[in-house]
Amino acid sequence: MDNIDAELAQLVRHDAPRVLALLAGRFGDLHLADDAVADALAEAAKQWPTQGVPDNPGAWLNRVATRRAIDRVRRLDVERRRTREAAPELHADPNETTTMHDTFLVDDPITDPNLSEDQLRLMFLCCHPALGTDAQVALTLRLIAGLTTDEIAAAYLVPTPTLAQRISRAKAKIRDAAIPLHMPEHLEHRLDAVLSVLYLVFNEGYLGRGEDAEPMRVDLCEEALRLTRSLLDLLPDHAEVHGLLALELFHHARSDARLDANADLVLLPDQDRTSWHQPEIEQGNAALREAMALNAPGRYQMQAMIAGYHTNAGDPADTNWTRIAALYDRLVMIDPSPIVALNRAVAIGMAESPQAGLDALPQSDDLADYHLFHAAQAELLVMAGNVNAARAAFAQARLLARNPAEIRHLDRRLADTA
Amino acid sequence: MEYMILLHSDESAAPDFAPGTPEFDEMMGEWMAFNAELAEGGHMIGGASLAPTATATTLHKSPEGNTMTDGPYAETKEQLGGYYVIEAADLDEALAIAAKVPIPYGSFEVRPIAFRPEA
Repeated sequence: MDNIDAELAQLVRHDAPRVLALLAGRFGDLHLADDAVADALAEAAKQWPTQGVPDNPGAWLNRVATRRAIDRVRRLDVERRRTREAAPELHADPNETTTMHDTFLVDDPITDPNLSEDQLRLMFLCCHPALGTDAQVALTLRLIAGLTTDEIAAAYLVPTPTLAQRISRAKAKIRDAAIPLHMPEHLEHRLDAVLSVLYLVFNEGYLGRGEDAEPMRVDLCEEALRLTRSLLDLLPDHAEVHGLLALELFHHARSDARLDANADLVLLPDQDRTSWHQPEIEQGNAALREAMALNAPGRYQMQAMIAGYHTNAGDPADTNWTRIAALYDRLVMIDPSPIVALNRAVAIGMAESPQAGLDALPQSDDLADYHLFHAAQAELLVMAGNVNAARAAFAQARLLARNPAEIRHLDRRLADTA
Repeated sequence: MEYMILLHSDESAAPDFAPGTPEFDEMMGEWMAFNAELAEGGHMIGGASLAPTATATTLHKSPEGNTMTDGPYAETKEQLGGYYVIEAADLDEALAIAAKVPIPYGSFEVRPIAFRPEA
């Protein structure tokens, strides 16, 4: 029975997204493909425990899901004919019938599906800018990573119905507004949206860790890394994909050192560097070298270089803050967000002087409610010797922080500076 | 003179009758009678019913680069200045056409047409 469960889990995670992408492309209908795959998965869950696991589960799923899709197309056709007879004025072309090519009817078109191109197209569809960011993230995890709605809801700490509605709304918009399933004409621009979704998933896993420690929670960092690696397999000539992988690896290499035994936050200078994952750092360095060789700079590569300077420093004192500050100077030009400007100010504070860092702090209303702005300002003020102002800034950060580990950290800093 | 009539109404309050029901037929009858009246009076230039706002995408155009958001146009600092009804293969083609509208700054809501009577 355990074996069957493992086989079914593998079917959901590995084979279902591939078959879904294949059917979505073949039938030109994401809804239909998703419903047909769900039907086939339900059939596997019912049939396999009694009849055993088929020799090639992926081919089995493809065959059954294709049949279910054809059944659905036929049913839809009958329904349409009925509405057309009842209300012909609703149809632009009264003779229109569902387009169903003979190729759909091939019983078992593939046995060893290499579906990567289909999945890439589907990934671009999931990350289409006509969909909201939350919807892009949910669709990518559900349709590309093969996570269930329950798993995604638990990972994002939202109720399952909320997440399910987010996904069904996005799917409805894809259908009703006719968002196409094809490789985008301007790949670079659209690739940026895909990378940003993957990095959002990674960050959610990275920053959410330690909070509500649920053992069954899906590791979003692992999912983001897995998806970034497969994206890189498909688009090896795109420097920013290498850059994102390097960035994720540098962060991930340090993840064990980020929290102590009490799940308290440990800041970069205080982390036990021997617990950093050396193989991941090496992989990050390699990814960064490949990115640079392609000679097409971008925001992820710059962030990866910054993370690389931190992660390759054996001792906090060896950190090359001058280089890091120079990288932030370039990054802030292509990504003029207040967060980047804030990080740049911190780097300047370390590279030049605390006062120079304080002078470089961005004056943006967007940051007034951002706890890390006040925390960074407080640290610069401590370094500048202005303890009273620092304590006020720590207190402000403490008021705005939400993550329990961060709140405990700010409480400690308030106590340290008392 | 030619005029455009913009139909703003609460879409959540719109009737949702299934085709084939007497209620649906009655509703369609009213619309068709109104359209016929316009056509016979020589008033009809064109018109269409739009799909719900959930299908809308807004393209924000600027020389610094175009962006888009999910949903209808909701700001009030720009004013409706015109409209096009176009045929496009899919949303990407419709958005590409919208991006070519020769207004350098602007927000163009792109929404599928649900139903269009014969002009």
